Formats: sequence, structure tokens, C-alpha cells
Amino acid sequence: MFNSYTENTLRYYPERCINCRRCTQVCPHRVFAEGEHHAELIQPSKCMECGACALNCPVQAIEVQSGVGCAWAMIIAALRGKDMDSCSCGGEVGSCCQEQNEPSTCCDVK
Amino acid sequence: MNQEDTSCCSCNTDLVQPLCNCNEQVKPSTEIRTTTSTITFANKVDHFFARWGVNRMGHRVVPGLYQIGTPIPTSPVIVTANYTLSFDAVRSVLAGISCYILVLDTKGINVWCAAGKGTFGTDELVRRIELTKLTSFIEHRSLILPQLGAPGISAHEVQRKSGFRVEYAPIRARDLPEYLSTHKTTPEMRRIQFSFMDRLFVTPIEVVHIALPLVVVALILYFLVGGLGVIAAISAVLAGTILFPTLLPFIPTQDFSTKGFILGGIVAFPIAVSFGSDHTLPLLENILAALTALLIMPAVTAYLALNFTGSTTFTSRTGVKKEIFQYVPFMAMMAGSGIALAILLGLLRFTGGI
Repeated sequence: MFNSYTENTLRYYPERCINCRRCTQVCPHRVFAEGEHHAELIQPSKCMECGACALNCPVQAIEVQSGVGCAWAMIIAALRGKDMDSCSCGGEVGSCCQEQNEPSTCCDVK
Repeated sequence: MNQEDTSCCSCNTDLVQPLCNCNEQVKPSTEIRTTTSTITFANKVDHFFARWGVNRMGHRVVPGLYQIGTPIPTSPVIVTANYTLSFDAVRSVLAGISCYILVLDTKGINVWCAAGKGTFGTDELVRRIELTKLTSFIEHRSLILPQLGAPGISAHEVQRKSGFRVEYAPIRARDLPEYLSTHKTTPEMRRIQFSFMDRLFVTPIEVVHIALPLVVVALILYFLVGGLGVIAAISAVLAGTILFPTLLPFIPTQDFSTKGFILGGIVAFPIAVSFGSDHTLPLLENILAALTALLIMPAVTAYLALNFTGSTTFTSRTGVKKEIFQYVPFMAMMAGSGIALAILLGLLRFTGGI
């Protein structure tokens, strides 16, 4: 209850995994762990959908609809009639986060 | 430090790259800049302004190849973003280490956000390798990238396109020297933290973002309600922008919105009591005034708390979207009801009471 973060879009196909261990190197939340024959998906609910694992998997054993979990950017996008899922964070001209050359308030000093 | 810019832009060529966008025409150059691990007073001032959101897009380093110490052709190449906080975080831990730093053009955005946008990405990395003629300086074909840059980089694509093998270094720059000597990481080095200090560092930008609307609202409230209205507005906003980030792990529930409602309710309670304790007014007006605070303040704090998702290191887009659809209508309803009550209260007082 009061936890919207139990589900995400992460999908793992261990039969495709070649055990290169890239996913274990790039994931900042230890969603994957090293296994004997293939990577083990040990904490799927911890996935923040950054997309690092999927992008660095050379055999497409991982799929995720990556994006930025930034409410401000998504709300602004919705208010401007744009697709909430297409909005990114960090600021660039044309980004739905901001008007001109200003980055959004989200995550720009991490 | 060599301050020349290799870009074709006719803009000024200061260390901080100007806002020009003609990178596609940048010609390859073997120019290499020199930097040190020393963080000067001027750097610290720049960091301060960056954290407070002053000149937001101006905290840039010229993209390109830098050397620190006296690197040789076998020295490591570390890749980072052209945001001064990112660049300085890397070079500051490299005291006594000779290496190259390849700075990508991320438009003055930090590694994590730039990776999310793709500017710290495969194409820019491959392009920067070519532009800097990196292969003319080194014998090996290995690059050390920040782990948090991985959402923008496809390591196998980089290797296919450039011949360079990508290594992902630990998350924190402070672990870089150990990694450079061992090329090994511990699970802790790979796991992101969002410590008290991390949360504290992002609060200034949250405050700056809401400062102007807060001043306007506070002024209006001062003339309509008096000093207590100003205190209520400031309390609700500071609860959402400072108290919330600092107390984040200690507030019950997982959703940011519910955490915000709880915190906002706690902060609103004494204000509501104060609003409802005016013995010169009828009981109903006291109750209405208290209810107004209890409806508006938690809604404001919860909204600001929800917006903090973008500053964290663990909220997924799926979860945030779920929160938006679940709680934003409730926030709007609470704030709307509170404003309606405030208007009713004003009308009652204007017309001479009940």
C-alpha cells in the first residue's frame, strides 16, 4: 500500500544471456547479480528503468522502457499537451522540461 | 590551462564553452589541454553557483581531450561530461595520477542526466574519439567511463564503431583511484547511494525553483491574511523543498506524495491551530480558517515532494506516472477546496460575519 514502485517495465530473458556480466556492472541498484551460467535477476522491483542494462546487453536479453522518473517533467509535458513518456530531464532547447536553455529542476546536480 | 576552443564557433573561446551549437562542423584536432587535480577558490565559487542554479547552463568545460600529470601512451583515458561539477569531481581525485580525461559535449549537463538524454551517449563518444584524434596519443584501446553514464552508452556499439573497449568505473569519483590501480570493484562501489549529504546538496535548486512563486504568494497572503499567512506559505514550501529531502528515508510509506501529505499535515497542524485560535472571531470562522490551512498546506508540500522524484536516484518512470495519476487529482482537490474555503472566509469577513 502507498507504494507505486513495485512494478516496472523490466523484462529479462535468461535463455539469451551469454553471461558477459555487463548488466551487473552498470546497474546502480543491484537488480542483477552474477550467476554461474547467466545473470540472475534478483531484485526486479528495484529497477528504476534507467535502461543501462538493456542498452549494454549485447544479445538483447534485457528489455525495459527506459525513461526519467521525474514528476515535474512529466506534469509539464502533460500540461503542454505532449506525451508524458517522451519527456526527458536535464534540459535542452526544445525539451518539455523548460522553455529555453534552462535545465529542469530535476536531477541536474546529481 | 589551455583555454582555446576547438569548435568552429565564432563565440568567445573561454574555458566555459559558450552556447553555440555548431558542433557538427567541429574539425578534428590533436590539441590537448592540461588540467590539474587542484580545485581552486574560483572552482568552488562556480560549484556554489551551479548548486544554486545561477547561470544554469553556463557551468561548462570545453569538450575535448585533457591531460593531467604527465601521461604516456599507456595511460588510462577517463571519460566524463563537460559540466564543471562532473569534470571537477573526476580531476580532484586524480592527484598524483597521470592520465587523460576525455570530456564529452553534454551541453553542460551532468553525466547521469546527460546519459538519460543521450548526450552522454554512444554517438558523442565515438565522435569525440575521432575529433580529438585520441588514437594518436595512446597505444591501448580502452576507455574508462562512469557507471552512471551507462544509460546513454552501448559498450558493444562503441567497440564496434571505434574499436575502443568500454570499462565502467565505480559510481563515486572517490573510488576512481582504487579502480585505476586494481580494475576491480566491490558491490558497494557499484551501488548508488542517496545519503543525507547527497539529499542536502540538491535542496538549494529545489528552493530556487519555487522561490519566485513563493514570494508572490507570500506577498498576496500578507495583504489578505497577515503574517500568519506568510508563515503558512513559507512553512509548506520549505517542508516540501528542504524538510522532505532531508527526512526522506524516515517518513512513512514509499510514495513521495503520501510522504508529502504526512509531512505537510504535521507542519500544517500548528499553523491550523494558530489560525483557529482567534478569540475575536466566531467559532465557525476559526474552524474554516483552520480547515483552509489543513487542506492547502499538505497539498502544496505533497506536490513539491512528488516533484522531488526527479532529483532522486531510484524512482522509475512507471512508478512516478502511477503516483501522478493517483495523487495529483487529490492534491488539486484539496488545494481547490482550501482556496474555496479561504474565499468563503474572506466573503464572510467582508460582509460582516455569519
